[in-house]
Amino acid sequence: MVLPPFPSLVEEHRTAVWGYLVALVGRADAPDLYQDTVLSALRAYPKVHDASNLRSWLLSVAHSRVVDRARARARRPEVLGDPPEHSSPVVASERDDELWSVVADLPEKQRHAVVLRFVGDLSYAAVAELTDTSEAAARQNVRAALARLRKELS
Amino acid sequence: MTVESRLQITPPDLDLAVLAEREGLLDVAVGRVDTPVGELIVAATEKGLVRTSWFDEEATMQELSARISPRIFETPTRVDPIRRQLDEYFDGARRQFDVAIDWVLVGQWARKVLAAAARIPYGEVSTYGAVAAEAGSPKAFRAAGTALGQNPVPVVVPCHRVLPAGARTIGQYTGGVHIKEHLLQLEGAI
Repeated sequence: MVLPPFPSLVEEHRTAVWGYLVALVGRADAPDLYQDTVLSALRAYPKVHDASNLRSWLLSVAHSRVVDRARARARRPEVLGDPPEHSSPVVASERDDELWSVVADLPEKQRHAVVLRFVGDLSYAAVAELTDTSEAAARQNVRAALARLRKELS
Repeated sequence: MTVESRLQITPPDLDLAVLAEREGLLDVAVGRVDTPVGELIVAATEKGLVRTSWFDEEATMQELSARISPRIFETPTRVDPIRRQLDEYFDGARRQFDVAIDWVLVGQWARKVLAAAARIPYGEVSTYGAVAAEAGSPKAFRAAGTALGQNPVPVVVPCHRVLPAGARTIGQYTGGVHIKEHLLQLEGAI
């Protein structure tokens, strides 16, 4: 099978990969991991054997980057009070810290489902597959997450 | 704002060409040149100019993605020098191209034929038979025609300077005979 040009690959799957990373590591860490994922994918791309499910491949690259970063952090615990590695000049309200802090407090299943659905723009079928649940359960998790978010943010 | 719309944050917009270049993984760089006879797409690997094409950018990128590498990006830097030379050529201010060519897309025989075509001076013409002879196979004028038709770098390698013997017509040209006509007229050959 023929691989699409790398820029087309990124264009097609960037939202899904981004949603996946925000679900796994949260709003603050996702940008760095997104860039790591794109670079990793760029390096490995010509060696991809199976071009039939490139989204799956990209998500597995993203997953590897998440695992690697978690391992690196475990070896090098951060001292309390350190400034964030990549501080953004954007103010907290523009970053919507309030929203993301409530999202971070959601139970894991609800958090993953609602982020994959709305940040990743994935179908309920895709959400169900990625969270290893049924589509009905995915819908319920999203509903519950939204109810909680609306309550906490009103 | 609804909670749903607040959740719909978009991914960072990465400049992929810059990232690829930094990693040394910009396998093919692509750019465009506006010419009097249409847009010419140009592509270069690290070794040199690998393709010029009268077909649209998307089609060219798909072609090169399949034939060379899917790490292909639209970016000015690597292709700017050849773009400038092509601008000068179409303005009538340049008669010879000073550019390294990456011949990866052609086989040995086609390379010989195209090298023979490249030796035809600006403003002059030759025939398929003469070019075939120069490439070492004087009877293979039809095969020479085919090889010229497969020129991966038209304009820069002047397959347009090759005409059928007898010169009743100007022959064929991938991309359209009107282009071949324009180039020959520009060069003062016809």
